[in-house]
Amino acid sequence: MKLAYWMYAGPAHIGTLRVASSFKNVHAIMHAPLGDDYFNVMRSTPERERDFTPVTASVVDRHVLARGSQEKVINNISRKDEEQHPDLIVLTPTCTSSILQEDLQNFVDRASLSSESDVILADVNYYRVNELQAADRTLEQIIRFYLDRARRRSILDRSVTNIPSANIIGIFTLGFHNQHDCRELKRLLGELGIAVNQVIPEGGYLKSLKDLPRAWFNIVPYREVGLMTATFLEKEYGMPYISITPMGLSNTANFITQIGKLVNVWAYALSEQRLNYKLYVDNQTKFVSQAAWFSKSIDCQNLAGKEAAIFGDATHAASMTKILVKEMGIRVSCSGTYCKHDAEWFNEQVQGLCGEIIVTEDHTEVGDTIARIEPSAIFGTQMERHIGKRIDIPCGVISSPVHIQNSPLGYRPFLGYEGTNQIADLIYNSFQLGMEDHSLDVFGGHDTKGISTKSLSADISEIKWTPEAESEPNRIPGFVRGKIKKNTEVFAKQNNIQEITIDAMYAAKEKSSP
Amino acid sequence: MKTLDIPLFECETGNYHTFCPISCVAWLYQKIEDSFFLVVGTKTCGYFLQNAPGVMIFAEPRYAMAELEEGDISAQLNDQKELERICLRVKSDRNPSVIIWIGTCTTEIIKMDLEGIAPKLEKRIGIPIVVARANGLDYAFTQGEDTVLAAMTHRCPEINPRVLNQQKGDADKLVVVDISPSEKIFDKNIELNRSNLVLFGSLPSSVASQLNLELKRQSISVSGWLPSQKYNELPALGEGVYVCGVNPFLSRTATALMRRRKCQLVGAPFPIGPDGTRAWIEKICSVFNVKPNGLQKRENQIWKLLIDYLGIITGKSVFFMGDNLLEISIARFLIRCGMVVYEIGIPYMDRRYQAAELLLLQQTCKKMKKPMPRIVEKPDNYSQVQRMRELQPDLAITGMAHANPLEARDIDTKWSVEFTFAQIHGSVNARDALELVTRPLRRKDQSVSDCRSLSRQTLHV
Repeated sequence: MKLAYWMYAGPAHIGTLRVASSFKNVHAIMHAPLGDDYFNVMRSTPERERDFTPVTASVVDRHVLARGSQEKVINNISRKDEEQHPDLIVLTPTCTSSILQEDLQNFVDRASLSSESDVILADVNYYRVNELQAADRTLEQIIRFYLDRARRRSILDRSVTNIPSANIIGIFTLGFHNQHDCRELKRLLGELGIAVNQVIPEGGYLKSLKDLPRAWFNIVPYREVGLMTATFLEKEYGMPYISITPMGLSNTANFITQIGKLVNVWAYALSEQRLNYKLYVDNQTKFVSQAAWFSKSIDCQNLAGKEAAIFGDATHAASMTKILVKEMGIRVSCSGTYCKHDAEWFNEQVQGLCGEIIVTEDHTEVGDTIARIEPSAIFGTQMERHIGKRIDIPCGVISSPVHIQNSPLGYRPFLGYEGTNQIADLIYNSFQLGMEDHSLDVFGGHDTKGISTKSLSADISEIKWTPEAESEPNRIPGFVRGKIKKNTEVFAKQNNIQEITIDAMYAAKEKSSP
Repeated sequence: MKTLDIPLFECETGNYHTFCPISCVAWLYQKIEDSFFLVVGTKTCGYFLQNAPGVMIFAEPRYAMAELEEGDISAQLNDQKELERICLRVKSDRNPSVIIWIGTCTTEIIKMDLEGIAPKLEKRIGIPIVVARANGLDYAFTQGEDTVLAAMTHRCPEINPRVLNQQKGDADKLVVVDISPSEKIFDKNIELNRSNLVLFGSLPSSVASQLNLELKRQSISVSGWLPSQKYNELPALGEGVYVCGVNPFLSRTATALMRRRKCQLVGAPFPIGPDGTRAWIEKICSVFNVKPNGLQKRENQIWKLLIDYLGIITGKSVFFMGDNLLEISIARFLIRCGMVVYEIGIPYMDRRYQAAELLLLQQTCKKMKKPMPRIVEKPDNYSQVQRMRELQPDLAITGMAHANPLEARDIDTKWSVEFTFAQIHGSVNARDALELVTRPLRRKDQSVSDCRSLSRQTLHV
């Protein structure tokens, strides 16, 4: 048993439902007790979905507990089949059904005899995988199911498209800014002269999946979902894939270089021509994206050397770390992710870029780390935003789990060249603005609130401050105030000083500055 | 209690959307200030709590998950040891006066003996542990509170029979001493106080004191509430104590109070809307042999204050999809306001506990010359949406899963969960209840009403 207040990634079935309901005309039936269908609420509220979420429950109640589901699941499947004629029904196990150990595969086999729709059982182990891993697995399972069948029926078209084309894999519902990212990716590919063969799962039709292998290569923008599908397609159909996230200028440039390599393999074979994207990247970096110029501009000087803490899913946290360190000159004192299953990759990515790396699912550990480091800004999830609020440090949200305010109506991609602009804005707005910073420095601040003790844990210091010394920190810029106060107290403790005077304060400052 | 013979009950497939009953911790932990709620369940439960009741998690709530892992399910770990470890940590972090364990579907299926472990751990760690099985296998949404309160009835102190007698004695003495006729009313008050009245149902403290005040006007004093603001202020129960519910979903609590604690249940309609509040007070008065004073006048006054809202809803139709068991009372109130109710969906209908409310519903329909709505127990949401397409109600009261899709299909909706969190009890709050009901109707905008349906699923509903 684990004492838990909050979790970053949801349970496995949520991942399955997110993938299933992203496809067009796919219905998911959960084998679950009453009230477990809150996925419908999550999709209807933060995503502001206009249509009924294609998820229903085959309710597990006392009768099911006593006698087993018997015909209930099968009846529910055939009923959905008649009512809504979905192309596919995904029977989704939950924590409850995995303990009951009913033979769901048997239900699926029996139901598929009578129903027009295809029926499959989502193959995820509730207690071993989380939401993201389950989504990854379910996507691969569906793709595999339809491609294998197409191959058996020999309707698979193995010829590649005439012009270079790509599949985008892993855009789906409730994903962080996924819709905007998808639009930006399409635009980027368009400018490179590459057609988008298919986007899956979001808005994809199952009957067109058989044309998936016609693309020249696959793009997996997010590490969390799509890699399994991409490796499957590589192994079975020899399709190469790119798993670089085009987030930030250098990553985007790498991404395009990779595309160039893959395209040229075929392009040369087909027409003995080579495409060169170098000029395009140069032009975009210098003029279309404002981020490069922005980080060079005088305004950004104030950001140099400031500290930040980063936490989120592996994709976003790693990319943000690179952007802050390499492109903005900001010190990342701590970078972390809750994707424990992907810790190795994450470590590799941010190694050498940040002070410390944390891989944890425990939000209090994240909170305590941030409180200890006291960065000038945090980039994290909604949870870190709330941690920031409590200890008075600004936070930019860069990753799920999110809130309705992270499903903006306006165009806010994180990927591609427009994404670099959005990220630059986000970073800049999260730090204290330049001149404001100076004014605080010079005039001792315009806030009359007392000094905030920036500590999450209830660590009440017993050290007294003389009134003069107490008011002294008010003249220190807000963002370092807590830190100076703490340093002074540590110094006082070390030197057995009972009461902190102004002298003691400056003595402490002398000691701590190199 | 008598059962009412209303032929209009139907029962469907039970394929409907509602919140899991563990959601009750979201409001109960706020109500019982020194409590800590520990939900013994899986990630599914935890994710629900953090997503459905929303942002409250950030305010350092006094609830948490004891998240079961694979080792717990396969009994490789010892339940008692695991729970002890977690409860000791809760004790050292928060030091609550009571820990309430919420049993979930998983603890039911693996038959974890929470009721058996609790008394042992209670002794070891020195904090009372109350066990409530609020799981989705058996209950819906607000019934979670019912299971918690039913479990708490066992923790209420036994009423001291001497207290009853002494009160009686005091009153007798006063009657003897006070001989001036002008003081006669005062005597009567004392006499009435002898009867112990305990109200049950969790309400915000301001609403509870409003109801206390309403009864005080009739010189009936409330001796306690279940739940109380603090765990160790739980009311005394026992023979001779009258109990009355303020919410329609508390039938298990009512049963526990009657059978286990020998209390007498006052079966009344629920104090929702001015009509319900009046009927509720009248019923309590009749039990204590008090002639209600000025109730008619007060009700009329309240209705007068509602006149602007009534103008908006009179003649409009409403459809309850059903998810929180408040449906009968709110429907009755809205019919009295002049609305037509097409259907009352309800997760579970206790015809005995709600008998008085059902009777009032019938009377209200007759009085307002409105058809008696069909009451659908365990509704089927899919069929309901089909019926709604035919009926085209002016307003659908529904859960969040259906609200946006219905809005996109040009049916105005009100999110039903708000009725559980808003203050709708008592005469004073009748306006708040109507504020909720009328909100979707008031925001009708001419500019967008031209494009009627904004849905994208055109082929299927």
